[in-house]
Amino acid sequence: MTQSKRVALCVTCLVDQVVPEVGVATVQLLRRAGHDVDFPEAQTCCGQPFYNSGFRDQAIDLAKRTIEIFEPFDAVVLPSGSCATMIRVEYPHLLEEWHEWHHRATELAEKTYELSEFLVNRAEWSPEGEFEQVRLTYHDSCHMCRLLGVNDEPRQLLERAGGRITEMSESDRCCGFGGLFSVRMPEVSNAMTGEKLRQACDVGVETLVTSDPGCLTQMRGLAEGSSIKVEHIATVLEEITR
Amino acid sequence: MTATFSEFRRRAKSAIEDLRLQGALDDGTGKLWEQRRLTFEELPNSDAMRDHFKLIRSATLRNLAEHLETFERNATAAGAKVHWARDGADACEIVLGIAQDHGVKLVTKSKSMVTEEIHLNEALADVGVQAIETDLGEYIVQLAKETPSHIIAPAIHKTRHQAAELLSRESGRSLSPDDLTTLTGEARKLLRERFLTAGMGVSGGNMLVAETGSVVLVTNEGNARMVTSVPPIHVAMVGIEKVVPTWDAAAIWLSLLARSASGQPLSIYTSVISGPARAEDPDGTGEVHIVLLDNGRSELAGTKYEEVLQCIRCGACLNVCPVYREAGGHSYDSPYPGPIGAVVTPLLLGRESHEALPHASSLCGACKDVCPVRIDLPRMLLELRADQVEEKTVPWSERKVEETGAFVLKHEKLMRFMTKAARLAQRPLARNGRLRLPRRLNPALERQLPALAKRSFREMWKSGELEEKR
Repeated sequence: MTQSKRVALCVTCLVDQVVPEVGVATVQLLRRAGHDVDFPEAQTCCGQPFYNSGFRDQAIDLAKRTIEIFEPFDAVVLPSGSCATMIRVEYPHLLEEWHEWHHRATELAEKTYELSEFLVNRAEWSPEGEFEQVRLTYHDSCHMCRLLGVNDEPRQLLERAGGRITEMSESDRCCGFGGLFSVRMPEVSNAMTGEKLRQACDVGVETLVTSDPGCLTQMRGLAEGSSIKVEHIATVLEEITR
Repeated sequence: MTATFSEFRRRAKSAIEDLRLQGALDDGTGKLWEQRRLTFEELPNSDAMRDHFKLIRSATLRNLAEHLETFERNATAAGAKVHWARDGADACEIVLGIAQDHGVKLVTKSKSMVTEEIHLNEALADVGVQAIETDLGEYIVQLAKETPSHIIAPAIHKTRHQAAELLSRESGRSLSPDDLTTLTGEARKLLRERFLTAGMGVSGGNMLVAETGSVVLVTNEGNARMVTSVPPIHVAMVGIEKVVPTWDAAAIWLSLLARSASGQPLSIYTSVISGPARAEDPDGTGEVHIVLLDNGRSELAGTKYEEVLQCIRCGACLNVCPVYREAGGHSYDSPYPGPIGAVVTPLLLGRESHEALPHASSLCGACKDVCPVRIDLPRMLLELRADQVEEKTVPWSERKVEETGAFVLKHEKLMRFMTKAARLAQRPLARNGRLRLPRRLNPALERQLPALAKRSFREMWKSGELEEKR
């Protein structure tokens, strides 16, 4: 076998603590795509919740810490569009006043990927084989589609793996999470999630897929008892391409 | 006008529970957005146009004083009287003075958000001058004794049944909500009498064109034409940020404004007012006053919030905002609701009194995408939040939670210990991956919060079991 490529997994807080099965699936997928996975155990949080609440000093500390942990690797993959956006888009902005840190942030940003974009564009992985057809709809998480511009890659992967996607009327309408927004403004947040789930149920598929653990836990919080299952793209892909 | 957290939440809750309002809001925003999308598709170079327009707006604002002086010079030369108003009180005093000088008792108004901003109608009423709104939506809102809930569609929260009820009450005739011709005909009749008897017309202004000293008004109902040409006096009140140096630049502005606002290539009426009627004009108003309103705007120039002055009040960001589309305009308690309102209201009308508005967003970014000037509203919401932390207006308890949280997350071992403790503590409450909290203890209300998993990913990794899966 040729020398395998190494990639660091930044698993994200929510996946680590709440939906670890997404992390497991991510590792499996990366291995199937021919990569060795490292998990630097010192990692904690990218700082996004603090950044979004206006606690800049705390966000900066966590950003620097994350840069130190991940900069030795060739590539960093996150099973979360919004945490990937934090590193890719916000770190360089957050640290722009400190020349050296800004430079290091930019270097890390350049080798950081959201999972589906890594699998398609960098690993050039395509699920191969005969897969059972799954009917699903895909929720574009806000930061991933608007700030990273990644909306094609997850759909490509799902379709190659036998997913039959029926689009919702507004696939990129926010699910209502928005981090602390979801508990600061729970009435509005829940109404937004309700609208999202209504749209997803309207297309008549079994599964609503998203690439963000935040959206995942938000939508699951109101989806119990509804006709649709909410799943992370990693677990869906891992299962059908097993 | 205030929007604290509890106020915003209370108002949003009642809007969410009002199914009639939700239906009207969905319909209204949905249509405006769809039309906007279609007219932008027709435009082969809309992205380049928006980029160009942004350059025009930012360059103009960098030399704001100079362009305003040019405007004043040219407007004065055209026979208009230009007034400078530092704040709302100033502006009201100027308008009241003009009204009282001429013994005005009745004022007709065409749609103007700045007069809502400074509460001009109330100031006029205090001295016995009646102000009648003549934009149909504004008129309906005024009949309902409410305030506008959208920048360009003030009655977007109302159904046509509600509009018919209000107009029926006003006209004393029973009007059917299904017969739109009769409805608008009745409104026209009611307003026509006012147009003919008013002593003064008050309008806003969509643009101030510096090179000719002209005020430009954009409407679809023609009411602004009546307001600005039938009464003997016309007062236009316009925010100072609405200046544009040339007609070439104004043409781009107009084209993007109508498309973004209502999905029209151009609005039905575009009125250009360059001073009062000339001797040779067959009709027109005898006096034109232009009140240039600052009210906090010039203080934003040169700051990290300057970009917000580029806004042309098209309202497109409201139509795509998932928060606005649930909470409705009145939750913001500001003439400027939605994403632009969440930024501009605290900046112009008071940060502490509107503390909740920077948080009335999931930061989804749909507003930035649709903005004809590409204003980075999410970035400014983040700046406002950071200012609140900096200025220590964030509650002490929240500060402590954030600081402690960050401290824990900076130390991986401590984090492992804390999450382990939390996992033990949640045991009686966690079932099927969710925390079964009693509703009154659940900050997310009916939404179930996720429970911590039995084992974290890092524990699984450490145990080596993921290696066996190879």
